[in-house]
Amino acid sequence: MNMHDELTTSRRGFLKTGAMLGGGLLISFAVPGVRRLARAGSLPAGDAAAVFAPNAFLRIGADDSIQIILAHAEMGQGIWTTLAMLIAEELDADWKKISVEHGPPGKAYIHTAYGLQITGGSSTTWSEFDRYRQAGATARTLLVQAAATQFGVSPAECRTENGEVIAGSQRARYGALAAAAAALPPLAEPVLLRASSEWKYIGKGAKRLDAPAKVNGSARFGMDVQLPGLLTAVVAHPPVYGGKVRSFDDSKARAVPGVRNVVQIPTGIAVIADHFWAAKKGRDALQVTWDHGANVQVDSAAQLREFKQLARTKGLPAAQAGNVENGLAKAAKVIESEYTFPYLAHTPMEPINVTVKLSKNACEIWTGTQMPMAEQAAAAKITGLQPEQVSVHTVFLGGGFGRRATPSCDFVSEAVHIAKASGQTIKMVWTREDDVHGAYYRPSFVHRVRAGIDASGKPVAWEHTLVGQSIMAGSPFEAMMKNGIDPASVEGVADSPYMPAIPDHYVGLHSPRLGLPVLWYRSVGHTHTATVMECMIDELAHAAATDPVAYRRELLKDHPRHLAALNLAAEKAGWGTPLPAGRYRGVAVHESFLSFVAQVAEVSVSEQGAIQVHRVVCAIDCGLAVNPDGVRAQMESGINFGVSTALYGRISLEKGKVQQSNFHDYHIARMNESPLAIEVHIVDSTEKMGGAGECGVPPVAPAIANAVFAATGQRLRDLPFGTHVNLKA
Amino acid sequence: MVKLTINHQEHTVDAPGDMPLLWVLRDILGLTGTKFGCGMAQCGACTVHLNGEAIRSCVTRLSRAEGQEVTTIEGLSQDLSHPLQRAWIEEDVPQCGYCQSGQIMSAAVLLRDKPQPTDEDIDNAMSGNICRCGTYPRIRRAIHLAAKLQQEGGNQ
Repeated sequence: MNMHDELTTSRRGFLKTGAMLGGGLLISFAVPGVRRLARAGSLPAGDAAAVFAPNAFLRIGADDSIQIILAHAEMGQGIWTTLAMLIAEELDADWKKISVEHGPPGKAYIHTAYGLQITGGSSTTWSEFDRYRQAGATARTLLVQAAATQFGVSPAECRTENGEVIAGSQRARYGALAAAAAALPPLAEPVLLRASSEWKYIGKGAKRLDAPAKVNGSARFGMDVQLPGLLTAVVAHPPVYGGKVRSFDDSKARAVPGVRNVVQIPTGIAVIADHFWAAKKGRDALQVTWDHGANVQVDSAAQLREFKQLARTKGLPAAQAGNVENGLAKAAKVIESEYTFPYLAHTPMEPINVTVKLSKNACEIWTGTQMPMAEQAAAAKITGLQPEQVSVHTVFLGGGFGRRATPSCDFVSEAVHIAKASGQTIKMVWTREDDVHGAYYRPSFVHRVRAGIDASGKPVAWEHTLVGQSIMAGSPFEAMMKNGIDPASVEGVADSPYMPAIPDHYVGLHSPRLGLPVLWYRSVGHTHTATVMECMIDELAHAAATDPVAYRRELLKDHPRHLAALNLAAEKAGWGTPLPAGRYRGVAVHESFLSFVAQVAEVSVSEQGAIQVHRVVCAIDCGLAVNPDGVRAQMESGINFGVSTALYGRISLEKGKVQQSNFHDYHIARMNESPLAIEVHIVDSTEKMGGAGECGVPPVAPAIANAVFAATGQRLRDLPFGTHVNLKA
Repeated sequence: MVKLTINHQEHTVDAPGDMPLLWVLRDILGLTGTKFGCGMAQCGACTVHLNGEAIRSCVTRLSRAEGQEVTTIEGLSQDLSHPLQRAWIEEDVPQCGYCQSGQIMSAAVLLRDKPQPTDEDIDNAMSGNICRCGTYPRIRRAIHLAAKLQQEGGNQ
């Protein structure tokens, strides 16, 4: 994309301006029509009219304050800062005057590419790159016009700097101009955006605007919401997901000091008390008899056996070319491998919680959500109110990783049911055990691959069968499925860069429909597909007696962005150079969320078989890195997330009951288990912008597995790998 | 009624002695900077100081804090001047930020006991605090930076 003197010709009339109470300037976006998902599915489209306040994106107050309203939610990924940078870049704002807040549910905040209000898919920066810059540029243009009139000069004679319009010796602060600017008619001409050579923030970065509040305890998460008379609700959930209450005795619970109420809701029994501790004690004192329901049949070991059987049968085609049976028959060598992946829980540090205040005509909700409009619609349906009578206040998310983007709105619905049944203003708080047992897991998967190579070692046939639940089937996102294929199940395999050059290939998918709901987990399908593809390629490189980096270079020679990331990571890791005794390297490269990431992991395996990941060198091509240190932070984050997934993550069920419950048995990598050295390098790229929030995760597990193979000669194919390799195997 | 001192201020709390200090701080006193993450001393999000030592307030009974001195993240400094807060901001440590109160409270005890901590010291002191965002490399860097700031005469 050519960034120079880019005109916003296609967006003429897109930005609306207006006055705000108190004499400020307000810039908002008209809604360009509700598209795709919102139309295709049951997600709410909101009302049809374009809106001004409260759906502004930028407010400039008479006091020089600059308030930036986010269409997306801050959950750690840093958009609180990056979106503000985009506006500041065009506005010439005084950075110190900027404050940021989350937007309410509303059409104005619908995702520019996805057609519904959502934070997800690592898409915020690229999807808002134009819209937020245009908001800043429009405001600046109006402020300059207002100043020119006041100064008695032409706009061309004015310049802007650090929150002021300047012409010769005359200066005016933005705040003093805001009221006049707001009274001006909408711009007739499209605004001109800055040339990249003039950028002060983009590509350079800024300190996180949310950091001060997050180091002194003042940042407000959902858990921290306080209201007069607010009570806390803790829910007794069925021990088997989807189970129902048969009967219950709440007399002991009601006897706990501080307990105010006990109500039955569709998903269990809620104990409502003055504070969490009383509510939790009340829950512990409840006597409930449950109907376990159909999920009592779910057993991970049995499910794995069934998945493995299914993997030996042909699935629905997700990608195919030639005749894979013939190809495999002709191959010089066929390598057959099976990879298994368990369910995974997201376990954001902040347990799920929702505050609900319900009255006859209004429902107010405070929560950390990635989909405010969907929550609004769900609450409206339960309460019988209109969506516009439901307000959703999005607060900081204490981690999301996909768990706070539940299309079924499970946790908000539960809290609204409690408020409705009790008539009380409540904060529903899940314990960590509720969270770990609360389903919506990354689906469990089995992959079976038969790959054939020719005499030179090149892959010539590839049969790949995946078995795992679909995330989209039965959800409002079902419209994204084509011919029975959920793209989130096969992404990273069906569209693998290795596949087109393999003349005979067949990617088949089985999507068993099971009772336990599954959900996107940071990097979604790539959590398993990258592991399989990059471990298989390593297996083929070994079979071809070729260096794993050299082997990939040859296969990816027509994929310059993969190659650039691979080469940069290999170079910075010193690939091919000697390592300290006992250290071994493994490599992986994978595209996800429009970005290309390569990682080299350095591991050791002790005599007892203990795996230690010492160093991960990472290279990313995400196109323009708007906030480079933010990209580095996301890679570091993704790598540690990936270490947890690779070595420890497992949710297993027996007779429908989840066997894990808290961090003692659902282990997350800690400081001493995180690689001591994580080095991130950004490819200098002018290619199409991609995301950063998720793409750091997929290469971690295969890079570690390939390094462990280099160390021990053992292939790790069953996730999680565990902390130890069985060296006697 | 239980008397205790929190951030140099005396409080009298009407709560049962077996109530965890975490919920006294959060739900009775409104000091919400200290976080609930696991409820069983596994994640460290609830870390506060009891008489200067790091404890997990989610498993510490109120009765144990009776007549004692408690410091929470809100009491670390009024104005972000503590070397750890300055270093955390300088290194852009927080992501979602939910665990960071606990991280900083653990790091504060480390820095007092070991003004020049090694990486091993950091591993030992900080491995009880989980960060799901995986900000560990920056926490490590920020602790080293805070040690330097402290040595240069930063706020104690």
